[in-house]
Amino acid sequence: MHSALKISGLKKTYKGGFQALKGIDLTVKQGDFFALLGPNGAGKSTTIGIIMSLVNKTAGKVVVFGHDIDQELETAKSFIGVVPQEFNFNQFESLMKILVNQAGYYGVERKLAVQRAEKYLKKLDLWDKRNDSARMLSGGMKRRLMIARALMHEPQMLILDEPTAGVDIELRRSMWEFLRELNQQGITIILTTHYLEEAEMLCRNIAIIDSGIIVENTDMKSLLAKLDVETFVFDLKPNSVPTALADFSSRVIDDHTLEVDVKKNQTINAVFIDLNKQGIEVLSMRNKSNRLEELFVGLVGSGQAASESAVKE
Amino acid sequence: MASSRNIIALKSILHKEIHRFMRIWVQTLVPPAITISLYFVIFGSLIGSRIGEMGGFDYMSFIVPGLIMMSVITNSYSNVASSFFSAKWQRNVEEMLVAPVPNWVIVAGYVGGGMARGMLVGSIVTLVSMFFVDIQIHNMWVIITTVALTSATFALGGLINAIFAGSFDDISIIPTFILTPLTYLGGVFYSISLLPDFWQGVSQINPIVYMVSAFRYGFLGISDVSLALSFSVLGVLIVSLYTIAMVLITKGIGLRS
Repeated sequence: MHSALKISGLKKTYKGGFQALKGIDLTVKQGDFFALLGPNGAGKSTTIGIIMSLVNKTAGKVVVFGHDIDQELETAKSFIGVVPQEFNFNQFESLMKILVNQAGYYGVERKLAVQRAEKYLKKLDLWDKRNDSARMLSGGMKRRLMIARALMHEPQMLILDEPTAGVDIELRRSMWEFLRELNQQGITIILTTHYLEEAEMLCRNIAIIDSGIIVENTDMKSLLAKLDVETFVFDLKPNSVPTALADFSSRVIDDHTLEVDVKKNQTINAVFIDLNKQGIEVLSMRNKSNRLEELFVGLVGSGQAASESAVKE
Repeated sequence: MASSRNIIALKSILHKEIHRFMRIWVQTLVPPAITISLYFVIFGSLIGSRIGEMGGFDYMSFIVPGLIMMSVITNSYSNVASSFFSAKWQRNVEEMLVAPVPNWVIVAGYVGGGMARGMLVGSIVTLVSMFFVDIQIHNMWVIITTVALTSATFALGGLINAIFAGSFDDISIIPTFILTPLTYLGGVFYSISLLPDFWQGVSQINPIVYMVSAFRYGFLGISDVSLALSFSVLGVLIVSLYTIAMVLITKGIGLRS
């Protein structure tokens, strides 16, 4: 079975000499829910732009479901639906027209396109707005419109470039639910996001790109397993904070908050046993930060260093 | 499979383009009708009556084909220039670029839209003309062929202009500084044969002379240059402009980074 996406040796140097991609290799399996993470300017959107033929590559190969974009560009494109970062629809057209026209570009007959537009507009809660011009929509609605548009030709792979940027929490969660549903139907999903929580919750595999190179490419579980220390915040009964814990590094934040670093070979149970011995009651507990965020910060720093040393060489 | 997909894509672009200029009909279809009426009142009734005959016809009848052609040229050009540049500016051109739409379908779709507006405006202007003058038709096929080829030529020109344009100003420079002077000097209001020899020679490098001449032949049966030469010039222009447009879109000039 072909990979949904196979990228090898992909390079991009823009006019003016800026090297956005320095030779990346990436494979996404069919049916995967894949996260492509990286800081601003890391090369995520350039990578997506090349896959979608909106950016001309300098070198390398991109194969979509076994179809090389250099030889079978149109066939490769027919497998992909894309939700770009910026709104890129005609603001003066109605939602229905935007969707039906987009389906037409993929060869979907008008009658079928109208049926699909109804299906996705209803699914994404935009049906009431179908005859409004797109400029009348809120930011969240515009994002959902772009998802509906990307699905009109029922692609086998959906690429979303920061789809939940600027979307409120409730809507973000409903979009996550919808994306999970699509993935369960067999659609391969590639997601770039700034919300690391989003990647951790949705994606099975992950690549982290920084300064045009892939600094990590693995499955989410293995990546999180690399985390040596996790920091937990304990909300305690007021005025009952311990002075210290026997086997853990800890910090007292205020009279009812304690931060504890738990190493990979330690258990949280041991923290509770220690607190219990001291007669301290725990009201609640949470991670101090998103686990992936901690790894991300570390990896992105190392990517920058690797890139700089490559330039020196 | 690919051919039926391409036909549906072409129909979609055409539908979008025609819907666009029909939706804003007050801006696209009404002004040419008003402009042509003013031309008839001023050049036809007021000044034309003092000019007398030209080419064996009264002045009003003589200028009708040129005025219709002027509207066709302006509208087919500006339709594609503004629509394609606006799609670039709003980035909705990406809707087509990410889809499996071959470049020739994109060119054909936009050119078809420009031709549709050019020919619709041409028909409206012709209808308005009928209030001022008895229109005679010498050869309908020549009229239809000339208007189709001319609108295709200028729609391609508008597309190339839009591909290069970086701002809305850039799509008005060519119509203002090149297209309008060429149209006015293209024999719309006079017969080229009235010019001194030197200026007759200069006029022969103006492609609009050939279009107006062929179009006038379709209506009145008279022309400044032979029909075969007019159609040859149009054919060469269409092939050249189409080739340029295809190269630009394939290379992604102004469209891909």
